Amino acid sequence: MVMDITFEKVGYTYQKGSPFESRALYDIDFDIKQGSYTALVGHTGSGKSTILRHLNALNKPTEGKVIIGDREIISTTNNKNLKGIRKKVGIVFQFPEAQLFEETIAKDIAFGPKNFGATEEEGIEIAKRMLPLVGLDETYMERSPFDLSGGQMRRVAIAGVLAMEPEVLVLDEPTAGLDPKGRTEMMEMFYSLYKEQGITIVLVTHQMEDVANYANHMIILENGTVVKEGAPREIFKDEAWLESKQLDVPATVSFASRLEERIGLQLGEIPLTTEELADKLVAELNRKTAAGLNPFEGGDAK
Amino acid sequence: MEKLIFGRYIPGNSWIHRLDPRAKLLSTIFFIFVIFLANNWQTYLTLFIFVLTAVLLSEIKMSFFINGIKPMIWLILFTVILQVLFTGGGEVYFQWGILMITSQGLMNGVFIFCRFVLIIFMSTLLTLTTMPLSLTDALEYLMRPLTALKVPVYEIALMLSIALRFVPTLMDETEKIMNAQRARGVDFGEGNVFQQMKAIVPLLIPLFVSSFNRAEELATAMEARGYSGGEGRTKFRKLDWSASDTLVMAVFVLMTGALVLLRT
Amino acid sequence: MNKIITLNNLVYTYNETDQRPALNGVSLEIEEGEWIAIIGPNGSGKSTLAKTINGLIAPDSGEVFIDQLPLTEENIWSIREKVGMVFQNPDNQFVGSTVQDDVAFGLENQAVPRDEMVQRVESALAQVKMLDFKEREPARLSGGQKQRVAIAGVVAIAPKIIILDEATSMLDPQGRQEVIETVQRIKEKENLTVISITHDIDEAANANRILVMQAGKLVKEGTPQEIFSNGDQLIDMGLDLPFPEKLKVALEERGITVPETYLTEEGMVEWLWTLLSKK
Repeated sequence: MVMDITFEKVGYTYQKGSPFESRALYDIDFDIKQGSYTALVGHTGSGKSTILRHLNALNKPTEGKVIIGDREIISTTNNKNLKGIRKKVGIVFQFPEAQLFEETIAKDIAFGPKNFGATEEEGIEIAKRMLPLVGLDETYMERSPFDLSGGQMRRVAIAGVLAMEPEVLVLDEPTAGLDPKGRTEMMEMFYSLYKEQGITIVLVTHQMEDVANYANHMIILENGTVVKEGAPREIFKDEAWLESKQLDVPATVSFASRLEERIGLQLGEIPLTTEELADKLVAELNRKTAAGLNPFEGGDAK
Repeated sequence: MEKLIFGRYIPGNSWIHRLDPRAKLLSTIFFIFVIFLANNWQTYLTLFIFVLTAVLLSEIKMSFFINGIKPMIWLILFTVILQVLFTGGGEVYFQWGILMITSQGLMNGVFIFCRFVLIIFMSTLLTLTTMPLSLTDALEYLMRPLTALKVPVYEIALMLSIALRFVPTLMDETEKIMNAQRARGVDFGEGNVFQQMKAIVPLLIPLFVSSFNRAEELATAMEARGYSGGEGRTKFRKLDWSASDTLVMAVFVLMTGALVLLRT
Repeated sequence: MNKIITLNNLVYTYNETDQRPALNGVSLEIEEGEWIAIIGPNGSGKSTLAKTINGLIAPDSGEVFIDQLPLTEENIWSIREKVGMVFQNPDNQFVGSTVQDDVAFGLENQAVPRDEMVQRVESALAQVKMLDFKEREPARLSGGQKQRVAIAGVVAIAPKIIILDEATSMLDPQGRQEVIETVQRIKEKENLTVISITHDIDEAANANRILVMQAGKLVKEGTPQEIFSNGDQLIDMGLDLPFPEKLKVALEERGITVPETYLTEEGMVEWLWTLLSKK
């Protein structure tokens, strides 16, 4: 079965029909394909968190429908039997270390699988398999999660979500509050899950560098609706538009346009990563060198 | 979540809203005492007129007050029935062993019912029209004499106001943790009592842990900002006693006098 | 110049079971009006160091002088009036039930008369541009706004030093920007000394001097230019590489000789231009 997630004309209003009613989402259409790495971008209050809760039916749309794999969720969908969806779509919420509660790390990781019917032993077995995925080893199994450093606690919490062996992994600003080293390690960890385990990833982030480095699909939200959807390379081309939405572009992109502005250097397709940019610059240097060696093209060398 | 808080403050600018919280708190406390003076229909009528006038002045819909009665309704009915069945005197309508229904009993039942309704209306009026924080201020002021008895009044008041300030924060947190655990396959509010109790552990432990962390960080922040106990602090929040507040107290004294005269 | 902070050989261990001290002989002098960034990986002792400055932590040995005053039991409260601190979690330092109540908290502690208090609260809120929100409850503020209120709380007590203990790490980019700009503005106006503990390269770039901590010791210090030219080592110091440095590393890997000194983006463009036109 294909685990695509599709939003069709989705709207969501908090406390509908009460005096406290407030509209969080409207008219949302998008498609998250199985096997994609999608970045969900937007300012605080743009509706990202609300969308997130629709991805595994923690919230049901008040208008339109959300299709998750072969399940269709509309406002009147019965609350029972939604558990199957939650197993397939795992969400790592912001500061997930807050959800730890068991005495041992093994038990905490096994908590999800047990809720979905695994036995105690199976759960522990799964925990043992999950720890290396998040960069921890078996010696952690019997330790208390509350004795760990913040970064390690977060890894355990992520293992607890991975333990359900979801097909889609949703990450809500997973690197918030970590130092740069921890951030890079964690982003690389997700990328290898994506590459090696073939997990579909949905990443909510403010870091355009992360979008440029990892994502192949991007959805931009503003005030409760989608204002742009597409490939990061396409979207980052339009610097002026992003600026008008007060969104950053990756440093490589702004550097490339600076090069063009200042010294008229054209690098062709925008570079998304530092590696790409370096490659292009080296190619340019080589071209110039080759040109410099050719006496007939001396005019270039200024 | 929002609906859970019964009798919560409804922002407004009515005459009652603007009264000094001390006047409102004092009136409510006195009211609970003077209500015991009432023992006939004239006195209850006086009290009803007083309370209904106050409700009208608050410009808040009657339904909010009626809702205040709902959670208490079984307790009220139970007390009323006891009163009816066990009070003797007057004409006997029905008797079975020690249980009987008499005219006096019915009368007492009605009065007890009125007493409950009046007290609930009055206290609901207090909470609907007064910010919790202002109530804390009033409480602190009224408890001030107790400092002579070494009661840490300032600390208690600060604790109360911090507790109130953290209510929304903790509600938010509760919702976040609930969502996280639901995403891990927990069903809250489903299954038998035992299953429900079990489901609440993964919610309560994280809440405790985070509350302790918060408390520790808050204590550090307070210390860094020079907090060294309740002694010798000045207060930013200020209460203003105005003529209307004096008027309320005067009406109260008059009403008490009337009750004393009218009671039998 | 006036030495506002002097730390002499500070040693501190959290508890006996700890193998190594959180502070292991830290000495340091800071001039009035300096902006200092303290960087270092998690657990290197940055926050511990910050907390010794206003006596939240009493070192096992060593001395602390704030504005020539030794930090002792007796004058700890007057030192706390000179040192304001903004912590990491916006929620867990918000004591008051409303914005203005919170800003007033420090003034209440100092027993400032009410009339004066009202004035100082207003002017502090105006400085952080939160005056319009003075009656708001914290639940209805963004993270950046809450941190600005925390800064107002500090400004209200008119300290000489403000310490930002990872004050921007839990904020979104907008909030981070707001907070940094606010501190910059107030620093200029009040000639404050700023100590910011941070992992954020843009925040560190504002400093006159960056101190690097590792395992309880100060291992390096220098201007942002000097520190930023450390290349890959920056990651182990708890900072990200500035973009030009990243590009330098990538070019070097491709066999290109790059300048040793730190280049800003502007400098990088210039350098590339000469490189390309030379050939």
